[in-house]
Amino acid sequence: MRLINRKPTRPARVALGALPFFLAILAYAIGSAIRRAENPADKLLPSFEAIAAAFSNMAFVADRRTGDYLLWVDTFASLERLAIGMAIAAFLALVLGLLIGVLPIGRALFSPFVSAFSLIPPITVLPILFIVLGLGEAAKIGLVVVGTAPLMIRALGQAILDIPREQIVKAETLGASTWQMTMRVILPQLWPHLIRAVRLGLVPAWIFLISAEAIASTEGLGYRIFLVRRYLAMDVIIPYVLWITLLAYAIDRALALLSKRLFGWAHLAGESL
Amino acid sequence: MSFVTARQIAVSYGDALILERVSLEVQKGAFVTIVGASGCGKSTFLRILLGQEQPSSGHVEIDGHPMAPEPDPERGVVFQKYSVFPHLTVLQNLMLPFELEGSAFLGRVFGARKREARDKAQAMMETIGLAHAAKRFPAQLSGGMQQRLAIGQALLKRPKIMLLDEPFGALDPGTRKDMQALLLELWRETGMTVFMVTHDIQEAFELGTRLLVFDKVRHDPQYPNAYGATVTYDLPLDHGERKKTAAIEAALIQSQTDKA
Ligand SMILES: Nc1ncnc2c1ncn2[C@@H]1O[C@H](COP(=O)(O)OP(=O)(O)O)[C@@H](O)[C@H]1O
Ligand SMILES: [Mg+2]
Repeated sequence: MRLINRKPTRPARVALGALPFFLAILAYAIGSAIRRAENPADKLLPSFEAIAAAFSNMAFVADRRTGDYLLWVDTFASLERLAIGMAIAAFLALVLGLLIGVLPIGRALFSPFVSAFSLIPPITVLPILFIVLGLGEAAKIGLVVVGTAPLMIRALGQAILDIPREQIVKAETLGASTWQMTMRVILPQLWPHLIRAVRLGLVPAWIFLISAEAIASTEGLGYRIFLVRRYLAMDVIIPYVLWITLLAYAIDRALALLSKRLFGWAHLAGESL
Repeated sequence: MSFVTARQIAVSYGDALILERVSLEVQKGAFVTIVGASGCGKSTFLRILLGQEQPSSGHVEIDGHPMAPEPDPERGVVFQKYSVFPHLTVLQNLMLPFELEGSAFLGRVFGARKREARDKAQAMMETIGLAHAAKRFPAQLSGGMQQRLAIGQALLKRPKIMLLDEPFGALDPGTRKDMQALLLELWRETGMTVFMVTHDIQEAFELGTRLLVFDKVRHDPQYPNAYGATVTYDLPLDHGERKKTAAIEAALIQSQTDKA
């Protein structure tokens, strides 16, 4: 049988999926053991026990200076910025995406601007944001918005243009006005695309969030990593990186699930990641 | 007086002339079938009648008035595919026209008006034989069921003109027979004027009261785009006298197989 037609059974799929994870952990364990055999105080590849201890320290022991549980404070601060930033970006994407996708006039008006804007490397806007908005929350949220909105706007505009023309014409023959068509034909089909756009946008969103936090912040996951970097505290950095990854993964899966739950019709044909 | 009148329609895309000198007078209630080589401009002609596109020159009149320059409920349409809404169930697809009618802002109705819309949709579901599939989405229907839904939906606003672009092209022969019967029945019931493009010449002869053949009359081998297609045969079909047209039918089928 051709490889393209050979599908793994369910247990095999789980085992195959786990294999790269297992190999990565194994490679780390071996590397760490070798280094620590040479130098028991090695900081670069700390043992799993050391990582676990540092992580539980961050999560379950109150900070001596502030009395805060740092992991949760950092997590909450970062997720709040991410959520507000993505909410603003999603709103902009929806409104401008609709204007661009539905109305030829809106397309002529906004499409070149959005295309040009999306080519600005967002991180270069950060100093401007700091100067204009100050070093507070607004600049960090602003960076997340600048870094994600243009691509989400374009994704949604394109999703509308990809709706077969036949449907639009059909709606016209059923007596729909432009507004009604938007409400009953286009917008309902756009929701799953919005969720997909948010999932895509979250990738750069995390990058820009961590960058902004690294530069100017007093709490947050990105702030913490770059703070402890000065002490080569790999036992904190590694679990933080894994924690961020886990959060990102959980959010992505939750959104994928949400889309399947709410918009089952959009997931009837084909496989989706 | 003719109901649909096309006068000297020409359509070109860039340099390519697709249709030229298409003139036509069609009586109310006619069932016009349209055949012609693939790519010769049949769908383009339907889009003109629909108002989805404007001709490069010439114009169309309906009932003596210039046609609206965009699609409207006067003219229903069934495409080969993609003409039902994938995010709505069968029932919702059929309720939509009434909901749009009843609510300019939300396009949704509630309470008694919703029940009324549902009853009308229900009646259409019975007519097209989809009552058992009310809660299914289009992606969960077979090709034949999807087309039945598309036809039913297109009829809800009682259009005076129905445009069908190879509506049964993707269906198996058995389903196609059923669909043809359904379409004829609905046509007789509503008295609408039908334009139907098909690549099945037999189908065109069986269903139509009038047959149009689109083809290029002039051809320049140097510039294949220089001339457009026009109506080369315009044949009234009398179903009692099928023998009269049998020779032409055979010739058309022959020329189609020659090209293939
Ligand atoms: N929007 C367009 N732009 C350029 N060429 C087009 C466009 N639409 C159709 N055509 C061309 O016009 C010709 C007629 O197309 P169409 O009406 O779809 O043919 P048919 O339905 O008879 O198969 C084809 O050669 C096609 O390539
Ligand atoms: Mg065609």
